[in-house]
Amino acid sequence: MTEVTGGIEMEEDTSGKIKKFLYINRKAPYGTIYALESLEVVLIAAAFDQDVSLAFLDDGVYQIIKGQHTRTIDVKNFSPTYRALEGYDIEKLYVEKESMEVRGLKEEDFIVPVKVISTQEMADLMESQDVVLSF
Amino acid sequence: MLHTVNKSPTERNTLESCLKHLKKGCAVLLIEDGVYGALKGTVSTKLVEQALKHHPIYALYPDLEARGMQDRVIDGIKLVDYSGFVDLAVEYPSVQSWL
Repeated sequence: MTEVTGGIEMEEDTSGKIKKFLYINRKAPYGTIYALESLEVVLIAAAFDQDVSLAFLDDGVYQIIKGQHTRTIDVKNFSPTYRALEGYDIEKLYVEKESMEVRGLKEEDFIVPVKVISTQEMADLMESQDVVLSF
Repeated sequence: MLHTVNKSPTERNTLESCLKHLKKGCAVLLIEDGVYGALKGTVSTKLVEQALKHHPIYALYPDLEARGMQDRVIDGIKLVDYSGFVDLAVEYPSVQSWL
């Protein structure tokens, strides 16, 4: 038992299988709490050294749009946090092409580098994961 | 009547339904995620442009700005701040908040 684990018994051996985690983001920011909650969970999970990917589809593509200014609606602008993910070795960000296009958006509108993929490729990505968390 | 819509047109059919139910003299105010309905180049742009020919459409600027969408608004949609929102609510005899 140690101080740092708060009394919880931890396995000394941390070389267990690294799992593939995919976080699916389908909601616009601010109107609901989903986008912020997803980001919080991603940041927590980042501490566990897993193989993490983030997918943005449907209205989720609005989460990573440049130029968000939230002072006048009195909520925290959490969009800069997506840029910090790189520092936690979370670099696999995917945007579904169709979702982007029906909203008149382009790759350069995003605040972070992303890989733009088709719906079919998104389906393959989902299928290839060990754990999928949907927001 | 003033109609307010607070849901994204690509998440719910609220905007589409609202626009279908507009009567002469009605106005629409897009707020919260409803402001995504005010944008150029989207799947709902045509529908909104059609409605604009017969009805004033407003969008709440603070909600557009929060979402980084302030430079993408369809020409003819009028932008209002919170006091403009209040003015509209006073100006029209009733308000329907679509949910």
